[in-house]
Amino acid sequence: MLDDLRDLYQEVILDHGKRPRNFRQIDNASHHAHGHNPLCGDQLVVYLAVDEAGVVQDVSFIGKGCAISTASASLMTEILKGKTEVQAKQLFERFHAMCTGAEAQSTNGPTDDGLEEDMERLEVLSGVREFPSRVKCATLAWHTMTAAIDGKDQISTED
Amino acid sequence: MSVMSQTAPYDVEAVRSDFPIFRTEIRGKPLAFLDSGASAQKPQAVLDAMDALYTGAYANVHRGAYMLSEKATAAYEGSREIVRGFINARSVKEIVYTRNATEGINLVASSYGRKFLKAGDAVLISEMEHHANIVPWQLLREQIGIELRIVPVADDGSWLMEEYRKRLDGVKLVALTHTSNVLGTVTPAKEITALAHAAGAKVLLDGSQAVVHRTVDMQDIDCDFYVFTGHKLYGPTGIGVLYGKEALLDAMPPYQGGGDMIRIVTFEKSTWADLPHKFEAGTPAIAEAVGLGAAIRYVEGVGIERIAQHETQLLNYATQRLSAVKGLNIHGTAVGKAGVISFTLDSAHPHDISTIVDRAGVAIRAGHHCAQPLMARLGVPATARASLAMYSTKAEIDQLAAALDVVVEMFS
Repeated sequence: MLDDLRDLYQEVILDHGKRPRNFRQIDNASHHAHGHNPLCGDQLVVYLAVDEAGVVQDVSFIGKGCAISTASASLMTEILKGKTEVQAKQLFERFHAMCTGAEAQSTNGPTDDGLEEDMERLEVLSGVREFPSRVKCATLAWHTMTAAIDGKDQISTED
Repeated sequence: MSVMSQTAPYDVEAVRSDFPIFRTEIRGKPLAFLDSGASAQKPQAVLDAMDALYTGAYANVHRGAYMLSEKATAAYEGSREIVRGFINARSVKEIVYTRNATEGINLVASSYGRKFLKAGDAVLISEMEHHANIVPWQLLREQIGIELRIVPVADDGSWLMEEYRKRLDGVKLVALTHTSNVLGTVTPAKEITALAHAAGAKVLLDGSQAVVHRTVDMQDIDCDFYVFTGHKLYGPTGIGVLYGKEALLDAMPPYQGGGDMIRIVTFEKSTWADLPHKFEAGTPAIAEAVGLGAAIRYVEGVGIERIAQHETQLLNYATQRLSAVKGLNIHGTAVGKAGVISFTLDSAHPHDISTIVDRAGVAIRAGHHCAQPLMARLGVPATARASLAMYSTKAEIDQLAAALDVVVEMFS
């Protein structure tokens, strides 16, 4: 039984789930948004400090969630630092496609968008594909990040 | 159907053999179904009754003057008599079929509420209500300006009679769960009703989680309205019951207009059918009503009090067994609670718990259980919940406990 589950709960996920990185508030954040998954009650806030050139200087989150949503948020904050807003959104779309199994149909530009390495890191979360009810856990932080960049302050996975 | 002597020891394996779903395996493992509080499995007797109607006696009810329609009508109305007997209502006129308990509450809020309540009147609910017994009253508040008042519950889920009593002044309707779907708390319905009546308030009870676990008697409780759903009572989905005292139902306007609920229709004016049909507009859920009747017959055949005893023994076993899991907290430990165990683990989120135990063939519910205000009260975003039924076994509890040990191992 443990072996089956290792696809979903890989060590990286358990580690980030237990010890999330960048788990803090950013006081001078340029953007932030609240994310809520009403189905399971998970809530988080994503903070971004984006400079005038549109580069993410700092990114963090706080909140409560399951191992999948916490690990996904934690990995996201590590990956987004130093990325442009445009890249952040590209990553979101590719990540979303990966989680829903729509990867092949992704029309997001050429695969040489320089994000391959980041996508490889996110591959640990691809196990949610087999658990449709958990896709929203994996994508909550990403939806929230996108909403923050777009200037919305709230996002719900049911919207 | 296995016939069990009412005096012999409870034979849970005989009961299980009446439920075809237990021949199914989940991921190659026997199914441990611990989510009957969300919806119960169906005995063969229910499937057979619905099948027999569709294959041999199906037509629309209350309409055709021909044999099939008369047969279908007899089956449909016959099931109403079974429901009446099950909750000991005085008359079948007091048994209104609805889609589910939710519709029953909405019917009362809409029909009774808009006719008999006015701005400033208070409706009293509790902290442990299902959304079905919160939102209809909020809608009514928006429509006519009632006040919605909330009775707190104790940390262990116990009913606080004094807190209830203190809030009764100015209350016109008390709308409460008879058994909490999260905490298992059984509210003292009879005393609650007597106090409400003394304060001049009517009482509606949501018995969806109550009728499955114990005998419920309308004459004993004396409440004014009582609702429950069929699918948690081993019956089909799409059928529920609203019990209402005849004089009240008589005084209430129809909930929906349409066929079957009228006596005479002209373009100038229409008059209403007698109870209970006044509240059953349109073609009803005929086969589902018949299925519900069969489910109740099945439950009565096994014996509701024997089921209650079986579930209580199992609840005690499960409470003990789960308490031994490292870092497990049970939410709701009121005395006399029903077979519902909500819990959280220090090490893992309820959704992670549910996903992992599912791999061991164990079905439990994880989430807010349609009781978000109660989750806030308990200070948790969600809980995992194991709920028991007439077919639940110790082996299923053991299967859950072993799976929870795996969760703890993974996450700590």
